[in-house]
Amino acid sequence: MSQVETKLRETIKELLDRGEVDLVVGHEAGSLPLRSRPVFIRDAADVDRLVWGSTCSNNLATHLPRLFVRPKNSRAEYAPPTVGIVAKGCDARSVLGLVKEHQLPRDKVVIIGVPCAGMIDIRKAEESLDGARIIAAQEEAGTFKVETTAGEKVLTLAEMLADGCAECSHPTAPEADVVIEGDARPAAGERYLQVEAFEAMTAEERWDHFTSEISRCIRCYACRQVCPNCYCVTCFADQTKPRWIGAADELSDLMAFHIGRIFHQAGRCVECDACVRACPMDIDLRVFTQKLPKDVEALYGYVAGVSAEGVPALLTFSENDDQGFISEP
Amino acid sequence: MSEAREAGGWEPKIVAFLCNWCSYAGADLAGVSRLQYPTNVRIIRVPCSGRIDPLYIVRALQEGMDGVLVSGCHPGDCHYISGNLVARRKFALLKSYLDYLGIEPGRVQFSWVSASEGSRFAALIEKVVEDVRALGPATKMVKTPVGVQAAGAAPVGAK
Repeated sequence: MSQVETKLRETIKELLDRGEVDLVVGHEAGSLPLRSRPVFIRDAADVDRLVWGSTCSNNLATHLPRLFVRPKNSRAEYAPPTVGIVAKGCDARSVLGLVKEHQLPRDKVVIIGVPCAGMIDIRKAEESLDGARIIAAQEEAGTFKVETTAGEKVLTLAEMLADGCAECSHPTAPEADVVIEGDARPAAGERYLQVEAFEAMTAEERWDHFTSEISRCIRCYACRQVCPNCYCVTCFADQTKPRWIGAADELSDLMAFHIGRIFHQAGRCVECDACVRACPMDIDLRVFTQKLPKDVEALYGYVAGVSAEGVPALLTFSENDDQGFISEP
Repeated sequence: MSEAREAGGWEPKIVAFLCNWCSYAGADLAGVSRLQYPTNVRIIRVPCSGRIDPLYIVRALQEGMDGVLVSGCHPGDCHYISGNLVARRKFALLKSYLDYLGIEPGRVQFSWVSASEGSRFAALIEKVVEDVRALGPATKMVKTPVGVQAAGAAPVGAK
């Protein structure tokens, strides 16, 4: 057990004992090796279930808004809970984004910042094993002792690091209420390398890549379900009046869904890559989702979720906004 | 009708979303002034350019429009003060995003036309039609029309 993990458990135990939080959302070991799953701790006796490491990739902010839904048909006075969240940089940025969009009361959320060393991409781990299955894994300071069907192996975080984490600009939680000290990875210097490489391709190559990736979509909508920003009661993809996304097996509709979903994140996406990890078809979503945050930052100087101050880029305007795209007759 | 259409050739089909207060009135002025401009454009009047959801544009491309034009009041002249300014950010990002995916930049165009600019409207339509004609018929994102069989599929009702 790492030092950070011990400190995290102690801190959360104290917060629960003192009654400063009613509930903490964190990570626990998953049922499969190298996986973790969200855990909701209400009782201080359960804090030992909490884990922290480079397998805790889930964006926990996704689970917060539903904890603040006022019960329907209840005459009892509504008392919202105080919820703690174990937050990497991306989780905290999502929380701040949701606060800005009035989906969360800031005074009822306790951001427990943990030092993030970057998350592993489980697909990279599987690829490096030449078809052998992972039976068990033990994490220790940046290395993983992995027991596989083909014997034991040591994998490092560096070789399995997720692409998104390699380009992460905020590895530690902004505006954390409680900070667990430890070694976080430094903010990446070079960002959007994949997007820039894609921009350098010809229009036909880009379109072919978009087509071949999106044509694999099975419309499970996991990318939407896992996204902290997708809290609409009725998603445009589920609407029937008008029916934006046709029900038939049609590539054009798949494209419209992905363009619609990704565009709805304009100025809101915190680049946590939850959608990328959730995709069961391994669609290269990252190259398509990263374009908008890049453009928003370049055009409007806005970075989502880094502070509770500031108006989201698409909710405001400036008289001097770029209009080089306007057609002149 | 043009010679191409009489000969059964392809003519670009363009949808134009025009705001009620400026661009639609500008189009009206072009008509009242009897200015000639290509007939390839189908106009949809919207209350404000801020009313346009990017999905409208995506949908138009899906339904086989060869070009989409969106036009509103010039910045600073919006009937609702700032509708077009908020829309401008949305449009800039959408245009950049569609280009990024590989959709030809000329297919989706944005402009500003005021109520007094009938001649600008006519010139704009000429430009858009010319651009789209140069690009040829839209193929990207276009839905298979209802009733058309996919190649190799058994005809409907075949046993």
